[in-house]
Amino acid sequence: MPVAYTLDGWQEPTLAENLARAGVSRRDFLKFCGGLAAAFAAGSAVIGSAPGASAAPTANPVSGEQIASALGAMTKPNVVWLQLQECTGCMESALRSGGTSVEDVVLNLLSVNYNELVMAAAGDAANAVLDETNKTPHILVVNGSIPTKDNGIYCVIGGKSAEMVLRESAENATAILAVGACAVFGSVQAARPNPTGAVGVDEIIKDKPVINVAGCPPIGEVIMATVAYILTNGHTPKTDAEGRPLFAYDQRIHDSCPRRPHFDAGQYVRTFDDEGARNGWCLYDMGCKGPSTFSACPIIQWNDHTSWPIGAGHPCLGCTERDFFDRFTPFYSKLPNVPGLGVEATAEKVGLGLVAATVAAVGVHAGVTAIRKSAGKKTTDHTPLEAFGDTEAAPSAPQTSAADTTATPDSGKAE
Amino acid sequence: MTERVTIDPLTRIEGHLRIELETEGGVISKAWSEATQFRGIETIVQGRDPRDAWAFTQRICGVCTTVHAIASITAVENAIGSNPPQQALLIRDMVMAAQEIQDHVIHFYHLHALDWVNVADAVKADPEATVALAKAIGSTWKGNTVERMQAVKDTVQSILDSGQLSIFTGGYWSHPDYRLPPEANLMAVAHYLDALEFQRSMIRINTVFGGKNPHPNFLVGGMACTLDPDRSESINQVQISEIQNWVNECLEFVEACYVPDAKAILTFYPDYFDIGASSPNYMAVGMSGAVFAGDPNQTPRYPTAMMAIKPGVIVNNDFSTVQPFDPKLISEDITSAWFTYTGGQSTLTPDQGETTVEYTGPNPPYTWLGDSEKYTWCKAPRYNGLPVQVGPLARVLLAYAQGHATTKALVDDAVKLYGISLAQLNSTAGRTLARAVECLTTAQNLVNETFPTFVKNLQQGDIAVFDPSKWEPASWPKGAASGYSFVEVARGNLSHWVTIKDGKVSAYQCVVPTTWLAGGRDENGEMGPYEVSLAGNGKHPLVDSSQPLEPLRTIHSFDPCMSCAVHVLDPDGEELQVAVS
Repeated sequence: MPVAYTLDGWQEPTLAENLARAGVSRRDFLKFCGGLAAAFAAGSAVIGSAPGASAAPTANPVSGEQIASALGAMTKPNVVWLQLQECTGCMESALRSGGTSVEDVVLNLLSVNYNELVMAAAGDAANAVLDETNKTPHILVVNGSIPTKDNGIYCVIGGKSAEMVLRESAENATAILAVGACAVFGSVQAARPNPTGAVGVDEIIKDKPVINVAGCPPIGEVIMATVAYILTNGHTPKTDAEGRPLFAYDQRIHDSCPRRPHFDAGQYVRTFDDEGARNGWCLYDMGCKGPSTFSACPIIQWNDHTSWPIGAGHPCLGCTERDFFDRFTPFYSKLPNVPGLGVEATAEKVGLGLVAATVAAVGVHAGVTAIRKSAGKKTTDHTPLEAFGDTEAAPSAPQTSAADTTATPDSGKAE
Repeated sequence: MTERVTIDPLTRIEGHLRIELETEGGVISKAWSEATQFRGIETIVQGRDPRDAWAFTQRICGVCTTVHAIASITAVENAIGSNPPQQALLIRDMVMAAQEIQDHVIHFYHLHALDWVNVADAVKADPEATVALAKAIGSTWKGNTVERMQAVKDTVQSILDSGQLSIFTGGYWSHPDYRLPPEANLMAVAHYLDALEFQRSMIRINTVFGGKNPHPNFLVGGMACTLDPDRSESINQVQISEIQNWVNECLEFVEACYVPDAKAILTFYPDYFDIGASSPNYMAVGMSGAVFAGDPNQTPRYPTAMMAIKPGVIVNNDFSTVQPFDPKLISEDITSAWFTYTGGQSTLTPDQGETTVEYTGPNPPYTWLGDSEKYTWCKAPRYNGLPVQVGPLARVLLAYAQGHATTKALVDDAVKLYGISLAQLNSTAGRTLARAVECLTTAQNLVNETFPTFVKNLQQGDIAVFDPSKWEPASWPKGAASGYSFVEVARGNLSHWVTIKDGKVSAYQCVVPTTWLAGGRDENGEMGPYEVSLAGNGKHPLVDSSQPLEPLRTIHSFDPCMSCAVHVLDPDGEELQVAVS
C-alpha cells in the first residue's frame, strides 16, 4: 500500500513531523506502519529459522500503532552499512572524508546501526541489531562484492552467505548505495578468472535502483556527499547510465584534467621522472586512463583537496570504470593498445567512442529499468519517499533515475 | 557444563572473522579461529604484467593500504634487477610510516577502545575533572579543554536521548567489567573523535606522494611523483613544508594523546597482563617499516633507521637469545584450512607453495564449524614447526632483546608501571601496550630519521626518483626471474614472492602477518596464536556468553586483518627459481 508523497529533505526534528510537512496524513502513515507490522511478524519467522542467526524472535506481535509511535519519534534515518567481499578500503576512505565527516554522519545525521568496522556490538548482539534495523525502512550502503559460486561459501557473515545478508538488508531498504568498485561490479576479485564468481550489488538486487558510487575506493568526500545528498534532497542523486551520481561522475577526467593543455600541445611524459614529468606534462603515453574515465578526481581531489593521482605524477588507472582491472590493463599501456577497448585511435577518439557507448548504454539501461519495473510486483505510479519511509515505493525510483539519465549532459559535453 | 559460543561477525576488525568457543564455568576451554572470506587475488595476478601486480595486490587490503603495493614492487624489482634511487625508497618509507601510525591509532581508538571504554557512561563525567584526569595521566594533548569535554559529553547525551544509538547500538554497556571512571570514559571518547580528525590530516603525507589514500599509487623502479625544488609541478618546498607539519602532527598526537591513553586505560585492567598469553615465539626482520628486497639478512643498498634491529626469532620466551632468522624454516600448514596439496602432505614451504581450494565445510547458512578438521580459509604458517607471533609485540621484544635504546627505555618504564615481567607482555594488555610503544618509535624514526634524510638529500640536489633502466620488459632477465621482499608492516612480517616468465607473472604468493596469527590447528594439533590466546591455558574469562567482551579484548589485541590473511598461492605449484635464503 504505497503512500504517494515526496519528502523534500529532512527539515523537521522527527519523522512524524517531516511526514506531516510533506502532506502525509496520519491515516496514511498508520496504514504504512500496519504493513510494516506484517513485515515484523514475517521477519521474525525468517530469523527464527535461520541457523546461525541469534536474534530472538519477537515474542509479541507488534501493532501498526506501536510502530507508528516508534518510527514517528525517530530523529534520523537508520542505516545498515554492509561490508561483504572487500578490503575495507571504502570504509577507510569514508573515514578520511573532509566535507561531511564520518563523525557528522555517524553521530549527527544518521543512526548507523550496523557497520562491522566501527560498531560496538559483535556476534549475536550485532546480528540482533542488523535484524531489527532490517525490519524497518533504512538506507542501505554496501561495500564489497557478492561471491556467487559454490553456494556462496567464499564470504559468509554470521553463518549466512553474503548474498543472503544482502537480500535481507535490501528488502526494506529505501535507498541502496553500492559504494566502491567491488559493490559496483566486483572489482579485483571479479578480474579474470574471477575465482569466486564475484558480482556487484545490482546483479543481485534487481527490483530496486542501486546508486553506484564507483571507485577503488571512491573519494571519501563523494561517499559521504552521496549520503548527505539524500538527506538534503529527500531523494537519491541523479545518475548516469552506470548508476553513478552525476555530481561526481559527469565529467571525463580527460576533459577536466589540468594537464589537458599539454595533451593538446603534444607535450607528453615519455619516461617516468623525465623533464616532462617534472613539468607536469600529459601522462597519456604512460598509460593514463583519464580519456576513458568518468570521475571528479581532478575537481574534488583527494584527502581534503591535497592532490590526486595524475597530480602526483601517476597515470590514472580508471578505477571508477567497470572491469578496469581487465579492460584497462596493462595499466602502463597507451589507451589504444588496451585490449578489448576496440578503438584504434587517439585519446580524443577513444573518448568519443566511449561517450557514444555511454549514450547507447543509456537506452539499454532504460530498457532494463522498464523490464525490471514490469517484472516487479509493486506499483510504480507514484513518487517515492526515498531514504526514509515508503519501502514499497522504492521500485519506482528507476523511473526517476532513468529519466535523469537521459538528461545527462554528457552528449552536450561530448563535442 | 560446556557451552558453545559463536562470535560472528567479530566486529571492529578488517574483514570477516568468526570465533567459535567452548566455555565451562566462565572460562574458555576450546577455541577455533575461522576466516570466512576468500578472494583468490594471487590467482588473478597470474599472467599479468608484473608492473601492474602492485595495483592488484594492494587491493588485498584497504586498511593496510600501501603495504602490499610496496611489498609487490619491491619483489618485482628484486626479480628484474631494478634499483630505485634512494629518494624513491625514502618516499616509500615515509608513506609506510604514515600508514603504520594511522593504522595503529585507528586500531586503538576506533577498533579496540570500545572493549575498555564505556561510551554510555561518559555522560556521567564532570568535564573539569576530565581535564584534570587527562593532566594527571600525562596527556598533554591540545584537545584537553573543559569546553571540548563538555561538547563531547553533550554529543553523547544527545545520542542517548534520541534513542537511536547509531554505532553504539547493542553495545555491552551494562557489562560489569567496564572499569573506567566516567571521566576516563569521556576523555577516551573525546580522543576517539580527535583521532578521526588526526588521521584525516596526517594521511595527506600519502596523498602528496601517491595521489590518494586509501590505495595510493606506486611504481616499479621508483615513484611516479617527481622532485624539483624549482618547479611548481614537482614536489618542492611547498609540499616539504606541509609534510613537515604533518610528520610533526604524528609525533605530537602519539606522544601527547595515544601513548598516555593506552597506558592509563590499561592500569584499570592489570589482570589483562595475565590474560591472553599466546604462542611464546616471536619473529621479525626489523622495526616497523623495514623494507628488504630479497634476503633481509643481507645489508641493503641504503640501510635505514628501521633496520636498527636485525632479523631474528625469540623462542619460548627466552629473551636472552635472539636466534638468527632463516626464511627456509617457514612452512604453511593446511591441516585446518580448506585447501589441498597435490602430494597429499599437510605442509609446504612457501617457495614450493601451492593452493587448491577443497571446501569441505557446510553450505551457508551454518551454525557450527569447529567439529570438523577443516574450518577456515586461513592457512597456518609455522617457523621451524612452531606457531609464532608477529607484529608490534614481536618487534618490540626483539628490539628490547637487541638493546634498542628507545624501545628499551619505553618498555622498562611500562614494566615498572604495571609491576610485570617481560614475559607478561605476551598478553592481551601487552600486545595493546606494545602497539602504542611501537607507534612512538615509528613516529620518532619518521620525524628524526627518514624525513630529515629525505630533505637533506634534496638540499644536495638528489631529485631522482626512478630507475628507467629496467622499465621495459626487454631489459629483464631472459627466461624466468624470481624475486621476493620482506616488509615489517603494521600487523607484522609480510613477504611477497614473484616469478616472471616472458614478461608475465607466472607465480605469485604473499605470506601475510594475520595469516601467521589467525591460522588454525596444524598437523601436530597445535593451535594457532589466536586460538592459543583464548584457549591456551583454560583460564581466559568469558563470564556472560551473550556479551563476549573478554574474548573481543583479546582478539582485538592482535588487530586482525582478515582480508590479508586469506590468500592463494601459485595454483600450479610452480617452484620459485630463487631458493628462499
